[in-house]
Amino acid sequence: MAMNKVFSSCDDAVADIFDGAVIMIGGFGSYGGLPISLIVALAKQGARNLTIIANQGGVGLELSKKIKPGGYQDIGALYAKGQVKKFIGSVPALGGMPPTSPIETLHREGKVEIEMVPQGTLAERIRAGAGGLGGFYTPTGVGTPVEIGKEKKVINGKEYLLELPLTADFALIKAHKADTLGNLVYRGTARCFNPVMAMAAKTTIVEVDELVQPGELDPEVIVTPHPFVSRIVEVPR
Amino acid sequence: MKARLDEQTIALRVAKEFEDGRGINLGYGALGEDKQKDYELINASDQPVTPMPGMCFFDSAMSFDMIRGGHIDLVVLGAYQVSQTGDLANWGRPGRPATGMGGGMDLAAGCKSVIVMMLHNTKDGAARIVKQCSFPLTAKNCVDKIFTDLAVIDVTPKGLILKEVAPGWTAEEVQSLTEAPLIIADDLKEIEL
Repeated sequence: MAMNKVFSSCDDAVADIFDGAVIMIGGFGSYGGLPISLIVALAKQGARNLTIIANQGGVGLELSKKIKPGGYQDIGALYAKGQVKKFIGSVPALGGMPPTSPIETLHREGKVEIEMVPQGTLAERIRAGAGGLGGFYTPTGVGTPVEIGKEKKVINGKEYLLELPLTADFALIKAHKADTLGNLVYRGTARCFNPVMAMAAKTTIVEVDELVQPGELDPEVIVTPHPFVSRIVEVPR
Repeated sequence: MKARLDEQTIALRVAKEFEDGRGINLGYGALGEDKQKDYELINASDQPVTPMPGMCFFDSAMSFDMIRGGHIDLVVLGAYQVSQTGDLANWGRPGRPATGMGGGMDLAAGCKSVIVMMLHNTKDGAARIVKQCSFPLTAKNCVDKIFTDLAVIDVTPKGLILKEVAPGWTAEEVQSLTEAPLIIADDLKEIEL
């Protein structure tokens, strides 16, 4: 008999996230693909000293209104409650004129540490972690501040940097549909970092628009196979 | 004072470089309003876009396999500075240590051709096409062609070649607003759309 992965609320699904946990948060950064209900539940739950791995650092509710009418909650909700110790990602704060993201102020005040990772390198470090690899060599970042402190190697006459894997204690994921076993399908451009992050955490928690029974998803179009998924919450948007 | 090209006109000139069937990446930057409002169908600037027959979806890891692996023909990127050897600086500015590079470093490192579209000078009139970038680099020796509100410039092993100037501008005037030395093309002409 399969373990029951279906949780009735996001609050229950994030209840055991502990202080100091490393958490991957899927999506691209804005509304589509972001596990908003799980983020809000984590903000309410209150775990502190978190390391967040995500593509973008989050802009907060006020600034999000410029991106989508009415706005939406994002990782900004965690900064607002002082839960984040470190952020790892490719766009911590937006580069436009201030005010941009709450993380920019916190970083300036020395309250949040930032590790800046090129977006393709971020995806690949997570995939390496997911797949049990010790790292990989990439041409991205050669001759830039990204190469500082990293092993360089010439392969077939071209320079590469050694990048190391990323894994997490928890991944918060947004998918379109799941079956009760945890097979996932995504929708449109909301896919982004969700599939790769869903593979790289000890505990993968997914919020979905719709939960269905095994057999209802076409096996040919399932993107994330169920062994990667630990918990599912149905949260219709 | 002579008119510089507006952003829309620079974009129209850049678009002349696009050929049918090429794989092109358009990075961060406003592309204009779309009618549809589905926020699970967006571009890299978080703007909803219209689905087209033949489109396909893929995740970020595959997206960057495409980019880093040389499967994309052309990318158009913005820039703060470009050097005379084609070094690109387009993500970090003094006093803004928390802004990131996004996918720019992967695009600059992996695309077959890198086009920069930018204003020729800063608000204060400083040159953006420089001998050496003072801002943090995105990648070295990566830029192939620069399109500004004053000029079209090729980056070559010999140096920067001034190919086209905005209507009414001379090569000397463009050079005076450019820190890096420009080689004037034999067939220098005015920018046409």
